[in-house]
Amino acid sequence: MGEQESTYTSNHRTKALALSIIPGLGQVYNRQWIKGIVFFILTASFFIAFSDLLQYGFWGLFTLGIDPKFDHSITLLVEGILAVIVTVLGFGIYALNLRDAFKVGKQRDANETPNSVRQQYQNLVGGGFPYLMMTPGFLLLIFVVIFPILFVILLSFTNYDLYHSPPANLVDWIGFQNFIDIFRIPIWRETFFSVLAWTVIWTFGATTLQIGLGIFLAVLMNQKEIKFQKLIRTIFILPWAVPAFVSILVFAGMFNETFGTINNDILSIFGLGNIPWLTNPTYTKIALIMIQTWLGFPFIFAMVTGVLQSIPSELYEAAEVDGATIMQKFRSITLPLVLYATAPILITQYTFNFNNFNVIFLFNGGGPAVAGQNAGGTDILISWIYSLTVSSAQYGKAAAITMILSLIVIVVALWQFKKTKSFQEEDMM
Amino acid sequence: MKGKTLQLTLSYIVIIIVSAIILYPILWVIGSSFNPGNSLSGSSIFPADATLKHYKDLFDLENSNYLIWYWNTLKVCIITMVLSVIMVCLTAYSFSRFRFVGRKNGLMTFLILQMIPNFAALIAIYALANLTGLLDTHLALILVYTGGAIPMNTYLMKGYLDTIPKELDESARMDGAGNFRIFWQIVMPLAKPMIAVVSLFTFIIPFTDFILARVLLRTEEKFTLAVGLYELIADQFGNEFTKFAAGSVMIAIPIAIMFLSLQKYFVSGLTAGGTKG
Repeated sequence: MGEQESTYTSNHRTKALALSIIPGLGQVYNRQWIKGIVFFILTASFFIAFSDLLQYGFWGLFTLGIDPKFDHSITLLVEGILAVIVTVLGFGIYALNLRDAFKVGKQRDANETPNSVRQQYQNLVGGGFPYLMMTPGFLLLIFVVIFPILFVILLSFTNYDLYHSPPANLVDWIGFQNFIDIFRIPIWRETFFSVLAWTVIWTFGATTLQIGLGIFLAVLMNQKEIKFQKLIRTIFILPWAVPAFVSILVFAGMFNETFGTINNDILSIFGLGNIPWLTNPTYTKIALIMIQTWLGFPFIFAMVTGVLQSIPSELYEAAEVDGATIMQKFRSITLPLVLYATAPILITQYTFNFNNFNVIFLFNGGGPAVAGQNAGGTDILISWIYSLTVSSAQYGKAAAITMILSLIVIVVALWQFKKTKSFQEEDMM
Repeated sequence: MKGKTLQLTLSYIVIIIVSAIILYPILWVIGSSFNPGNSLSGSSIFPADATLKHYKDLFDLENSNYLIWYWNTLKVCIITMVLSVIMVCLTAYSFSRFRFVGRKNGLMTFLILQMIPNFAALIAIYALANLTGLLDTHLALILVYTGGAIPMNTYLMKGYLDTIPKELDESARMDGAGNFRIFWQIVMPLAKPMIAVVSLFTFIIPFTDFILARVLLRTEEKFTLAVGLYELIADQFGNEFTKFAAGSVMIAIPIAIMFLSLQKYFVSGLTAGGTKG
């Protein structure tokens, strides 16, 4: 490349690039009038249209307002983020302008004729097609996914709570104070760690049980001698077919201490009719893990069934010739093959339960309440965040905990995808 | 041979126990829904004097919002599904067939985004909806569901499109077909199985979601089924349990039938999602 460059007699590329600091000028220098004008108009209209938003937005983002009578901190924060997004898009167009001027300048240096307007149009349609197709999805993604994430990140550095909430009061930046408080103030620290501990137990307990039961039943049903295969398989899929929120609410009724059927009809047979399923945290936890197992095993069952049917029967025949027992066959043939084929999905089951808000909230609202902490006895991180936001208006703290939670999920998920083969495939990325 | 018989007997015992555990809650709620009276105290699972009263109550438009909730849910489901499928197909096709600036970063962003549930940013979604005046509208819900569905389903769809040979596109291009024509007439028809999967997944989101609907919807006439059903029993738990039971049955049965008949799509879709990343 270096040698080639020194052979150029002219230096249009640097000149065009330098002139492009004012968008459009470089293109004009390259004698691409229309393109230059388009770039110029685009830039000018960008500034005219957004100058207010940019000025006001950045001011708001830095100060979060100075007078509670006129300034609404959260509105300012939202506008500030919008200003940031608009700025990033603006820089994108600007970079495109610089790149274009440089590229065309280089073409001229190499004594190629720059593309005519018609060719440019075709280039734009051809090269721009993927961008054009992605625009609707991408814009929606920016507003309903990326924007909220930015908002939560910023919110975690503010003191937004019941006592600092607009319109009566202003919200202020407080740096890492929320994070420090969560680990310093005793009630927050104790709540955080007890919720985190239960979240971990819940994730591993419930998920492992549902995976174990799913695999076990799939292996069981894989025996050809079992009759009524189709009927039994349909029954086993039923908990997955019924919408989860319906099942959970029904379970909440079944475990109810006054009229629930678990205490009244089933356990009373054994003389145990008064188990406090909804008022004692330990019993609620046991009930929750059982319910999630009931809800979650059918998917594993269905998936593993598919894998089992693809294992060649020669493997088992060979093992039988060697005199292997059922357990040996299961341990050395079935289990490794099943785990190998389904590992990535099994891990997503763990991340799913880690954030399984529905079952925790709908069964008992995260309760029962526990003395000495500001989360319910069965709250997991995500349901704690919900109640901090909706019932106690601790927005800043809730955002900080959301950040911690997201960090955990991202680390686990990245680790998982690093391990899947398709991630490394060249064409994949 | 004796060992085999024993093994089969044990298997049947396990099957019977598991089936009982699965079917009991279902039968219990069906039984409750026919129970006269509003609460369950002192009733049996199969009431002797069964009644359809609770079903009639739910269909009574004057005193019950149940049918409105049903209609709301279906409306949100269908619009979310259509919007998501369109956006997912367009985005996935671009990622699969074109090599453009930002593609790699875009894919990486999608990968990370699909891991964080979008309700983690609940406060932000609420604030934004509040600011734009979309609070308590179905439009807000549809937009949030659609946006949330894009990353994961785009990945699914891209993985599938990657398996459709590119030679097909190229030969069509030789014959003078433009980009859009190749997309619409060549690639999309071949991607029908995955379009079915994505449609199912995105259709079911509004049905199963509780948290976003609960936060964004304020008035009872706008509720979706999940929120409505929850409110039905949360106010005074147990006092209207039989009515709730009838409402549950009428949701569970159609969804379960739909699910069972399309089950293979769900399994194949979820499996592809996991292995393809």
